This record gives sequence, C-alpha cells and structure tokens, in this order.
Amino acid sequence: MSLKNLKLDRLLITILLSACSILFIVPLLWMLSASAKLERDVMTYPIQWIPQQWNWLENFQKVWLENVPFTLFYWNSFKLAIISTIATLLFSSMAAFAFSKLRAPGKGIMFALMMSFMIIPDQATLVPRFIMIKWLGLYNSHEGLVLMLAFSMYFTFLMRQFMMGVPNDFIEAAKIDGAGYLRVYAQILLPLSKPILATAGIIKFIWTWNDYQNPLIFLFKKELFPLPLGIQFFRQEYSNNVSLMMMAAVSAIIPLIIVFIILQKEVINGITVGGVKG
Amino acid sequence: MATIIDKVKSTKSERWWNQYRKEAIVGWLFLAPEAIGIITLAIFPLLFSLFLSFTDWNLIGGFKEMNMIGFGNFERMLDDSKFWKGLKNNLFFTSVTVPVGLIIAMIMAVLVHTKVYAKGLFKILFFIPYICSTVAIAAVWAALYHPSSGPINQFLMGIGFDHPPKWLVDSEYAIVSIMVIAIWQALGYQMIIFLAGLTQISEDIYESARIDGASGLQQFWSITVPMLAPTTLFLTITTVIGSFKVFDLIKFLTDGGPNDASTVLVYRIYEEGFINFNMGYASAMSWVLFLLVIAVSSVTWIIQARGKRT
Repeated sequence: MSLKNLKLDRLLITILLSACSILFIVPLLWMLSASAKLERDVMTYPIQWIPQQWNWLENFQKVWLENVPFTLFYWNSFKLAIISTIATLLFSSMAAFAFSKLRAPGKGIMFALMMSFMIIPDQATLVPRFIMIKWLGLYNSHEGLVLMLAFSMYFTFLMRQFMMGVPNDFIEAAKIDGAGYLRVYAQILLPLSKPILATAGIIKFIWTWNDYQNPLIFLFKKELFPLPLGIQFFRQEYSNNVSLMMMAAVSAIIPLIIVFIILQKEVINGITVGGVKG
Repeated sequence: MATIIDKVKSTKSERWWNQYRKEAIVGWLFLAPEAIGIITLAIFPLLFSLFLSFTDWNLIGGFKEMNMIGFGNFERMLDDSKFWKGLKNNLFFTSVTVPVGLIIAMIMAVLVHTKVYAKGLFKILFFIPYICSTVAIAAVWAALYHPSSGPINQFLMGIGFDHPPKWLVDSEYAIVSIMVIAIWQALGYQMIIFLAGLTQISEDIYESARIDGASGLQQFWSITVPMLAPTTLFLTITTVIGSFKVFDLIKFLTDGGPNDASTVLVYRIYEEGFINFNMGYASAMSWVLFLLVIAVSSVTWIIQARGKRT
C-alpha cells in the first residue's frame, strides 16, 4: 500500500481504536509488569510500567521451584487437557462418522435427541454427576475428571457438519477396493477431516486448560490440581504477595497466548463456526 | 433357466440385506461410545436430580436417612433469602452485561471491519482476554481492585475521590466489579462473532446506499443493524444463558460475599450441594436453573420462528 492510498479518516480511527485497545489490554500489561517487579514496587503510584529494579528471575524461581508444587499443577493441566482432547476427538469423530456416512436406522432420532441435550446446563447436573463419580470410586481422580470432559455434542455436531461435505465417492471407491468400515474411518475420513479436527482439538484444549468448575467439584487433593485450582491454592499461600501471584497468572496464561497467536485462524474459526451456523 | 435367475436374485438381495445389516451394526458401534457418554452424563443425571429434588437427602446421612418430602425443597426456596438474593443478582447481571457487552462489541466490530488498518492485529488484541484462564484473569483484577493499594483506587484518589468504592469487598459494588470483568472478558468473543456476521453482508448493499446519498450513520442503522439481527439474536441467547451460569469469577473472587451480596444461583447450588452437602435442596435449585435456561431458549425459538415466517 502506498502512502497516497492512506485515508485520513481511516488513519484517525485506527489511532483512536489503538488507544482503546491498549486501554483494553492494560490489565494484562499491568500483570506482566507486576510479575517482574520487587514486591515493594508493585503497588507504587504512579505505576512504574517498566520495573526500576527487575526481579523477574527471582519471582519465577519462587513460583516454580519453591513451597507450592507449581510444576506439578502445570503437568496436571497439560495431562488433563491432552487426554480430554484426544478422547473428545475420538468419540466425537466416531459418532460423526456414523451420523454423516453410515446408514444406521434410528440414527436421525438419536441425533436429534443428543442435540437437544446440549441445552442442559452443566451446573444443573453437577450434583448427580458428583454422586455417580463417588459411586464409581472415581472421586478425586484424573480418570473421573476426564470422564466428565470426554463427551461433547458440540464437537460431534461440528464434525458431522464437516463430514457431510466430504464426497461419498471417496468412501465408495475405498469400499470397492475392499476397505472395511474401520479403514474407511481411520484412513480416508479422518485425514480428509483434518481441518475440523485441528480446530476442535485446539478449542477443546483451551477449554480444558482453563476449566475451573469441574476440577473444583471432582478433585480434592492438591497433588491432582490443574492450574486454575493451583492458582487458587497459591492465592491462599501467598495472599499478600502480588508480584508472585502475577507471576503465577502469567505462567498460566502465556502458553495459551502463544498457541493462540500461532494458530489464530483455527481458534477463531472454531469459535465462530458454531456461532454463525447456529 | 428360471431357477438360476431366481437364485442370482435371491443371493443378490441376500447380499444387500447382509450389507445393510452390517452397516447398521457398524454404525451403531461407532455411535455407541458418544451416545452412552451423553446419555449417562446428561440425561440420566438430569432425571436423577429431578428425583433428588423431592427428597431431603444429605450426603453425610447416606441413603438410609433419605425421605421423600414432596415439594418441601421448593417451599424452602420461597423463604430462602439467599436464593432470592442470588436470583436478583443474576437478573441484574444479565440485564446489564448482555446489552452493554453486545453494544460495545457491535460498535467495535463495525469499526474494525471497515474503518481501520491492521484489522488482524485488533482482532488478536481484543480476543486475548477471552482465551485466558478466567481464574488467572480474576487474580489480576483482584489486585487491580484492591481497596487501599490497588491501582484503580490509587488513580481515583489521585484525581480527587477521597472515598472510592471498596469494589470486591464492598457489598454494594462486589457484583458490579464482577460484571466489569465479565464484560471485559467476553468482549473479544462477541466482537469476533459480529465480525463473522458482517462479512456475510454484501458490499453491494452499502454501495447502492452510498449512491443514494446515505450517510455512514444511516447505513449503520438501516443496513448493518437489521442485517446483523440473526447474529445479534444468537449472541443474545448465548450470553443470556452464559450469564445465568456465571460462577467461576464469583467463587474465586468473593465466595458470594461480602455477606452474600454477590451470590448467584449457581453459587447457591454449589454452596448447598458441595459445602453443606444438602443434595436434595441443591438439586431442586438445579432444576430452577434448568427451567430458566429452557424458558430463555423457547422465547428465542419463538422469535426466530416468527422472523422466518415474515
């Protein structure tokens, strides 16, 4: 774009909106700056946006390597997010395959039924699910939590919509070559559905990483805590130390922001695809 | 001759039947894990909680001490001032966060869509709070809101407010403080959905409006707003339902306090079910939540159906 094409009004609005967006993002900038400061400098006014004395490394060490098992929280979050994501992708894609490509009598009714369950708010079934998990002996275990996170009609729906767009010719051709249903699913349909699998996978990962309510209900021992509960625990331990709290918050947020910036197209697509069509 | 043809025919239909049966079985096998998961983790618990809502079951007492108490839990709700406080807070929360959030998001989306350079950068910036962990975000805001040393109140005192609100620990402002965070966090999501809606409006319509001499503001009111109506409706229902379910921010920041000033319906369910272990009463309140969500959704379906007819 040459300079001549710049329109003055457009430039002005850009500048104005930039100011707004910086104001909008100020809490996060404050968090970054506070996480790198000495505790006594955190609440000084006017705010020192650039720390006069950097204390980044010390704060980092205190959060990650001292009293609170922060590394363990991190590992738990990672483990839970990965396993739940894989389980959701597997179960949803299998169901989507049946819904979109197989002639199973009664599947239409089943689909309508399962879609209508999407309206049930998670919180409305929290009590009975808690009791069921206790009966199964899975209270306070990652297995129980993953069970709660593994099934999602939302992703099944997104995948079904996508797979309906995959031409049947591919599948018929594979069948003529003697491929069984399992091979059609694993070697033809899944590779062709990569875009929707990527989108669903990233969204599910982010949701699980950030999930606070389910771990709060289904976990009890701190050794099993994922990050959101870890931050809550951390807050009880270091309630008066703002710089360490901010370092913990930064540590929880940064990986997601990096993932988001690299894969923004998939993330935004995954968020909007349900919205616009809904 | 005829017998051979019959034989071929019968094996053909037999093969077709076998094929059909096989596909049906395979199909249901593929469906089974997800279907069983959804049924046992959504529909069964819903019915189970309906049953529990007519009992006085307390987790500590065990099943032996469970009694059927009819509508006892629902009668108790009528006198439960905390429950009504929570419901009132939910209504307040919804009636402010939904319109304020959606109006700001729509204006932002329109500006970002056509009126700025570096559109992609703005999209990323506004979207960041939405993908951040609510708990981490809440920890940041808790520090910002700190009544004596937090930057917000230091700023307010700096410009001459001697007694600024105590925000999260102020019974009058606690719920408002949380609403600010909720609007802030959801804005990026709402803007992105509006942007997706805007890309579906054809540029030709604006072109012909400009030829007719419509001003920017006129175009906004008579083209953008009506054409975005389906998107707005979708966002309204999702944010209204989302606001009924608000919990994370409240649990982490105020525990419903101070003095239950910021309690909400889901927090009451949590408190009764998982702190006091009154599973019966908590289930009854869960059903109130469920019915509220159904009511909102049906209203929206009716609006949608009318919109399609005309």
